[in-house]
Amino acid sequence: MDLQNQQRVKDVAEKFGAENVVVILGSSDAEGAEIYAETVANGDPTFAGPLAGVPLGLAVYHVFDEAIRVEADPALWEEQISMMEMVLDTEALAKAVAGMREQYSKFAL
Amino acid sequence: MGKLAGKKVVILGERDGVPGPAIETCLKSSGADVVFSVTECFV
Repeated sequence: MDLQNQQRVKDVAEKFGAENVVVILGSSDAEGAEIYAETVANGDPTFAGPLAGVPLGLAVYHVFDEAIRVEADPALWEEQISMMEMVLDTEALAKAVAGMREQYSKFAL
Repeated sequence: MGKLAGKKVVILGERDGVPGPAIETCLKSSGADVVFSVTECFV
């Protein structure tokens, strides 16, 4: 994850409290989604950024996870996201993030 | 109200996946407080 964005995630968690923060990913591949999820839950696995060795434990979901989908406005979902839903492996993406969340997150919805 | 209501939400979108603004738009009615939204790209 972009080092600047790692810092911003860290700042948000410090400002609002990690238990109040939920991270939602829009990644296109499962491997990338896993790295993002691991970074915000357990720290930067590459040890390059501000989250290296900082296990924030944030609740993290892919946007295609049913828990997030049910929160979205159906008409806007259709307009904004449904096209990508047809071309991406939504189940694999949601599952990849769920695996990291179950392993490392201290919080969940 | 759903489970996202009142939560501070960070959106990490992706240009080749689902971009940040698309996720943000869809969640406006959920009561979530989007505090940071970005769209990364890998080029």
